[in-house]
Amino acid sequence: MTEALRQLGLVGLGFFQRLGRAHLLLLAILAGVPPLFLRFSLVVRQLYSVGVLSLLIILVSGLFVGMVLGLQGYNTLVDFGAEESLGVVVALSLVRELGPVVTALLFAGRAGSALTAEIGLMKATEQLSAMEMMAVDPIRRVLAPRFLAGFLAMPLLAAIFSAVGVIGGWFVGVGLLGVDDGAYWSQMQAKVDLYDDIWNGVVKSIVFGAVVTWIAIFEGYDAVPTSEGVSRATTRTVVHSALAVLGLDFVLTALMFGD
Amino acid sequence: MTSRTLEIWVGIFVAAGLAALFMLAMKVSNLAAYQTGPSYEVTARFEDVSGLKVRSPVTMAGVRIGRVKRIEFDDEALQAVVTLEIDKRHNRLPRDTSASIYTAGLLGEKYVGLEAGGEEESLKPGDRIRLTQDSMVLEKLIAQFIAKFIEDKNP
Repeated sequence: MTEALRQLGLVGLGFFQRLGRAHLLLLAILAGVPPLFLRFSLVVRQLYSVGVLSLLIILVSGLFVGMVLGLQGYNTLVDFGAEESLGVVVALSLVRELGPVVTALLFAGRAGSALTAEIGLMKATEQLSAMEMMAVDPIRRVLAPRFLAGFLAMPLLAAIFSAVGVIGGWFVGVGLLGVDDGAYWSQMQAKVDLYDDIWNGVVKSIVFGAVVTWIAIFEGYDAVPTSEGVSRATTRTVVHSALAVLGLDFVLTALMFGD
Repeated sequence: MTSRTLEIWVGIFVAAGLAALFMLAMKVSNLAAYQTGPSYEVTARFEDVSGLKVRSPVTMAGVRIGRVKRIEFDDEALQAVVTLEIDKRHNRLPRDTSASIYTAGLLGEKYVGLEAGGEEESLKPGDRIRLTQDSMVLEKLIAQFIAKFIEDKNP
């Protein structure tokens, strides 16, 4: 009995210790961000691996998500004779929800796991300790540029996803199914609000970008420095990021569109 | 990969992201409708404006010439006071122009439709449109129709 309670306590303590370490690491990283603007080449290199290399998956997924939305939306709307509203359906679902959320999930799988594996291996092969030996702070030199790059890349990727999705929906709706071209765009412009919809979507993607990058970097930095430990950390990054993104999405949606 | 090609790729990525944001703002959202040039305001009083919203379009002959700026309630007259913002270019509407609230399609958005009168003098900023017709409420119409129907059945 007491043994079971002790185990429970141990698990709880371990959880809160990790949470505390994650927050302390975040503070240290944030303190390391301002000096980066003097050496922006470090960030550019990370923007390449986090942003440019994610472009292909984002473009292809965005196009297909938009096309599926166009097809499904058309089949539902045509029963009500409201297929002219297809543009609204496609644009609102992409800009409000699917753009930020699906991009964040893909970002966690493509860029987050790579970040964790890279940092975890740096730790396992003692590159981080070597840096400390040379009086180079690994948090500022290695972690902060990656965090800033993820933070900057995510909103851009989400915007690309949504824009490509709208074009995909247009391609299916207007190009293949015969919805009127003018109605597609004008209904969309009448119903999509710059602040309520587009800006809130951008805010969501900024939050998701920061959270996913934070989780990825923390898991890598906190990984057990063995090959097994790194592999577990990578798995945890993807799982925890996905859960955090979906949970946060509900909270943010309730705050933004709840009233 | 040399650092030069890497930087070019990052440049392409950032430019594509910004272009996508720009496209969302300009082509997808109602940003274009926000940019009203110089305009003037006139008011109109209605008994019932249900369904009309701030930023609903104001049209004349089916062409959008402005938008609803404010909707207030007058405690004295127990009426709705709607402030219309009309494009400065259209400053020669006759004084006896009438305003009605219409629905786009059967269940669509409400908008204010203006119909020109015949007077020589034109509406000035701050003027009030005197002839108004209220918003058509579907429930009321259906209720009237059913009442009429029952009456006809049981005379």
